Amino acid sequence: MTLFIQQVVNGLSLGAIYALIALGYTMVYGTLQMINFAHSEVFMMGGFFALLLARATGVAENPTLAGVALVAVATMASCALLGAAIERLAYRPMRKSGRLNLLITAIGMSLLLQNSALLVWGTNVPFPDLLPRHTWNVAGVTLSSNNLLVFGVTIALMIGLHHVVERTQMGRAMRAVAVSRDAAALMGIPVDRVIAFTFALGSALAGAASMLWVIDNPRVDPFMGTMPGLKAFVAAVLGGIGSIPGAVAGALLLGLCETMVSGYLSSTWRDAVAFMLLIVILLYRPAGLLGKNVAEKV
Amino acid sequence: MSRSTLIGYAALAAGLAVVWGIEIFAIPWTNPYYANIAIRVGFNLLAVMGLALVLGFTGQFSLGHAGFMAVGAYGSASLALHAHVPPMLAIPLGGCMAAVAGLAVGVPSLRLSGDYLAVVTLGFNQIIVVLVQNVPALGGALGLTDVPVATTFGVTFTWVLLGAVFMRNLLASAYGRTFAAVRDNEIATRSLGVDTTRVKVTAFVVGAFWAGIAGSLLGFYNSSIFPKQFEFDRSIELLTMVVLGGTGSLSGPFLAAGLLTALPEALREFSQYRMVVYATLLIAMMGLRPQGILGKHELSDVVRGLWRRRAVA
Repeated sequence: MTLFIQQVVNGLSLGAIYALIALGYTMVYGTLQMINFAHSEVFMMGGFFALLLARATGVAENPTLAGVALVAVATMASCALLGAAIERLAYRPMRKSGRLNLLITAIGMSLLLQNSALLVWGTNVPFPDLLPRHTWNVAGVTLSSNNLLVFGVTIALMIGLHHVVERTQMGRAMRAVAVSRDAAALMGIPVDRVIAFTFALGSALAGAASMLWVIDNPRVDPFMGTMPGLKAFVAAVLGGIGSIPGAVAGALLLGLCETMVSGYLSSTWRDAVAFMLLIVILLYRPAGLLGKNVAEKV
Repeated sequence: MSRSTLIGYAALAAGLAVVWGIEIFAIPWTNPYYANIAIRVGFNLLAVMGLALVLGFTGQFSLGHAGFMAVGAYGSASLALHAHVPPMLAIPLGGCMAAVAGLAVGVPSLRLSGDYLAVVTLGFNQIIVVLVQNVPALGGALGLTDVPVATTFGVTFTWVLLGAVFMRNLLASAYGRTFAAVRDNEIATRSLGVDTTRVKVTAFVVGAFWAGIAGSLLGFYNSSIFPKQFEFDRSIELLTMVVLGGTGSLSGPFLAAGLLTALPEALREFSQYRMVVYATLLIAMMGLRPQGILGKHELSDVVRGLWRRRAVA
C-alpha cells in the first residue's frame, strides 16, 4: 500500500509537468489544428533560458526564494516570446499551405532549435541547485519539497489559465477561433493576434514546466525536450486533443501509468506500457478521453 | 499484357542490367565513401516507397514507419543468426514479417483517422523499440552483432528496382486508383462500393513490406543492428522525405530521399553547422515549394512536359 501511495505521489508529480507541456500542444491544436513539434524545443530552450538568467542575475551563486521566483517568471516570459516568434516567422507564412506542410515546418523548426542550442551551449550542462531539498516521511511515503513545488505551481498555473481562457476577452477570442477561424474573423476578432497569444501562453506554460524539470533534474541538454515533449503530446491526444481539461487528465493518467509500471514491473518497460495504454484507450474512445466525437458530414 | 505493364518490365530489365553493370564494372573502382552513400540512399528509397503509398497516395498519417523497418531488420537478422537462413532468403522473409506487423497494426488502428492514427502508429514505433531493447535474444540496447554481410550495391538496387516497378504497376492498376480515391474523399469512395478499410489495410501491409525490406538490407549491410536506428526520429525523417518530395507522387519522394540523404554529406565541410543549415533549408523549401518538389506529378510527367514544350517550339 505504501508503495502504491508513493507511486501515486511520484506519478502525479510527473504528470503535472507533462500537463503543463501538454496544454501548449492542445491549445495550439485547438486554434490551428497543427501538431507543433517545436513545442518540446520551447521546453528545452526554457531550461537554457533559466540557466542563463540564473547566472546573469547572480541567483545561481546565492539563491533566494524571491530570486528563483524572478528567474522563473523571466523564463516563462522568454519562452512566451520565443513561442510567439516561432509562430510569426515560421508558421504564419505557411498557414495557407496545408497541415502536412505546417507539420514539416514544425519538425524543421525543432531540428533548428536543437542544433542551434547544441552549437551554442553544448550538451549536458549542469544546472545549479536553486532550492534546498527537504524530504518528509509521512507514514512511510517520501514526500519531497520538489513534489510540493510541482503541485503548488501547477495548480496555481491551472487556475490562472482557467481564468484567462474563461473570464477574459482574449480567452473568449481563443475559444471562438478554436470553434471556427473564419467565423471568428468575420466577427472582428483579430485572428492573427489571438493565434500569436495562444502560442505565447502555451510556451509560457512550457517554460514553467522546464523550470520545474531542471530544479528536479539539474542538467540542461539540447535533446532534453524530446521525450517529455513526446509524452506530453501523447497525453494531449489521450485526453482528446484540443480539449484543455482533457490534456490535464491525459497527462496525469500517463504520469501515473508510467510510475506504476516502474514501481511494480520494471522501469525499462514503462514506455511500452504507457503507449499500450494509449492505443487501447484510443481504440475504445477514438476521440480521446474528453474529446468530442464529431459526426462525419457527407 | 497491357502496353504500360510491358514498359514496366522492360524498364525493370534495363534497370537491372545497368545496376549489375555498375556493381561489376564501377563499384570496385569507386571510392567506398560514395558507394556507401549510394547504398544508404537505396535503403531510404525502399523505406520511403512504402510511406509514399500509405501517406502520399492513401492519405493515412503514419508516424511509425521506422517500426516496420525494425521488424524487418530484427526478423531477418535473427533468422540468419539463429536459424542460419541464407541472407538472400532472409531479406524477403524480413519484409513478410514486417507486412504481418503492418496487418496487426493496421486492422485495429485504421478505425482511427488523422492525428489519432498518427499517435497510434507512433506508439507502435515506441513499443517496438522498447521491445527489442528488453528482449535478451534480440541483444538488448547493444543490438545484434555479427550479422552476415550480404548487402551490396547490386542487391540493394535490385530490390529498389523491383519495388519501384511493383509500385508503378500497382498504382497504375484499377485497384491502385482506389488508394488516391480514399485519400481524396473516403465517404464518396465508400459510396461507390469500395471497401475502404480494406484499401487502407492493404496500403499499410504493402508499405510495411517495403520498410521491412529496407530494414533487412540495412542489417545485412552494417553487420549489426541496434534499437536506436529505428526510433521515432527515423520515422520523422521518412515522413519529411515524402512531404518534401510531394504527397501523391512516387518519384518525388525518391528525389527527396536522395537529396536528404546526400545533403548532410555534402554539408560535411561545415561539420558543426550542417544540421542547422539542413533544418533551415528544410523550412525554406517548405515555404518556397509547399506542394513538395514534384507535387502530385511524377518525374516522367515533367520530362514529357519538357519534351512537348521543345517539340512545339
